[in-house]
Amino acid sequence: MSPLNRLLRRPEAVAGAFILAVLFAMALSASLLFPSDPQAIAGPALLPSFQDWSLPLGTDRLGRDVLAELFHGARTSLAVGLAAATAALFIGAVVGTLAGFAGGLVDEVLMRITDAFQTVPSFLLALAFVSVVGPSLGIVVAAIALGAWTGPARVARAEVLSIRERDYVAGARVIGMHPMAIAFREVLPNALPPVLALSSVIVAAAILTEAALSFLGLGDPNRVTWGGMIAEGRTVLRTAPFLSIVPGIALVLTVLGIYLAGEGVVETTAVRRSLS
Amino acid sequence: MTLLAVSDLTKRYRRGGKTIAAVDGVSFAVEPGETLALAGPSGSGKSTIARLVLRLIEPDAGNIQFEGDDFLTLNGAALRARRAHLQMVFQDPLAAFNPRATVARVLDDPLRIHAIASRAERPARIAALLERVGLTADLAPRAIHEISGGQRQRVAIARAIATNPSLIVLDEAVSALDVSVRGQILELLLDLQARERIAYLFISHDLGVVRAIAHRVVLLDAGRIAESGDARAVIDAPQSAIGKALVAAAPRLNRSSRQVP
Ligand SMILES: Nc1ncnc2c1ncn2[C@@H]1O[C@H](COP(=O)(O)OP(=O)(O)OP(=O)(O)O)[C@@H](O)[C@H]1O
Ligand SMILES: [Mg+2]
Repeated sequence: MSPLNRLLRRPEAVAGAFILAVLFAMALSASLLFPSDPQAIAGPALLPSFQDWSLPLGTDRLGRDVLAELFHGARTSLAVGLAAATAALFIGAVVGTLAGFAGGLVDEVLMRITDAFQTVPSFLLALAFVSVVGPSLGIVVAAIALGAWTGPARVARAEVLSIRERDYVAGARVIGMHPMAIAFREVLPNALPPVLALSSVIVAAAILTEAALSFLGLGDPNRVTWGGMIAEGRTVLRTAPFLSIVPGIALVLTVLGIYLAGEGVVETTAVRRSLS
Repeated sequence: MTLLAVSDLTKRYRRGGKTIAAVDGVSFAVEPGETLALAGPSGSGKSTIARLVLRLIEPDAGNIQFEGDDFLTLNGAALRARRAHLQMVFQDPLAAFNPRATVARVLDDPLRIHAIASRAERPARIAALLERVGLTADLAPRAIHEISGGQRQRVAIARAIATNPSLIVLDEAVSALDVSVRGQILELLLDLQARERIAYLFISHDLGVVRAIAHRVVLLDAGRIAESGDARAVIDAPQSAIGKALVAAAPRLNRSSRQVP
């Protein structure tokens, strides 16, 4: 049975994959379905949902198309989440591999730095970083990655500590391979599976952090974000609660979808490994 | 000139508060083109000596001269370059290779690292190496885990000879193989030695194998040399207690010692 088939036999994984598929479809089709600037005024302000079929979800306080904002927001959330998680996994894998493989003082120093980053709540770290450097998409990605790489670094280090005692690492030294080449060509790729198993949790957390930053007005001002939409809607929460509820639900579903799909993948690969 | 001269080699490990000497003042020499066997019971320090000689671990005391140079003072790039002449074959050929590697990559690495052949020449070199150890070139694209144990140990030998070494350390290199394959690999080793004058430091607990392949033997017991000398002389008439015990514990040897060539 192929891994895909096995994945599809888990209902929660199927639900997660379905949510993710919808999300990706929204993100990819955003500029096709809503080619005009989602931040431009599209109609009268605070138009309720399901009244005007050219604006199915109505408009916000400034007359912007909520559905268009939702689609473009999906794009921001996914882009930031994936970019920040990729950066965090990359930094974590490199730091963890160096620490575990080099040992001694290098390990000591790198792990103290990791400790320091881990002690500061990652959201505070991101908040401080964006406040100091200024909000733009790249900075937000960097700020989120800054608080998320420590988990992958620890997992990578633990894995490397066991791999470096294997015969094939000794074999690589015997043929005269450079220690850096051994660390990154021989050891790192074999240490990756447990590190990658963290990715769904990290992507989901990154999307939530991005939303929280935007909610506080620290997102990229030139992009529509779900967090920003929730913050916008808050001012008219009594009269038009829909404006906060819609992006809020989108956020919850997204995080849930990523988590379910990620768990499904990890479970099926774990099952496969224990079978083989 | 002596190829490898080891003197007073000592390695201690701390275990549970007290220090034990895994290798305790061991001295021996290997001449070019000769096979010196290290034999001894489990835990006698054979593998530790192999790892010390290969500079995979550092000794607490002692000297290692290799090709006339003080091998223990070599470091960094100079050590890596010299490693071309000093190779190793491990006991478990599956553990000795990166699980993601292909046969071609395993053989490509030493050729590339020691600049033995240009990128364009390397596929032909790899094919030639495979043929030299009795394999065919069509094995090159296969993954390491897709070939048999005997084939894998041949690939390990091909990798070891890729850099034209003067000494190969073989730590129980045939112990994990079944008997028929073991004989073929031993023949391959003898053939390579005859053609290229490679010296072997051959580690084994199987005195039958030692008697068949080694010129001289060093018997170890608890990190010290118990007895050493001409392999057949020592095995046919051991003087030390541990030598007698090892010979007595080798049933195949007892029954057929007079027929072994
Ligand atoms: N890294 C280590 N830490 C602590 N003790 C060690 C270490 N490596 C080896 N030893 C100890 O040193 C002694 C010699 O071990 P070594 O592996 O060299 O024996 P060996 O002769 O190769 O045995 P075998 O035939 O079982 O392979 C043993 O008592 C072993 O427990
Ligand atoms: Mg051993």
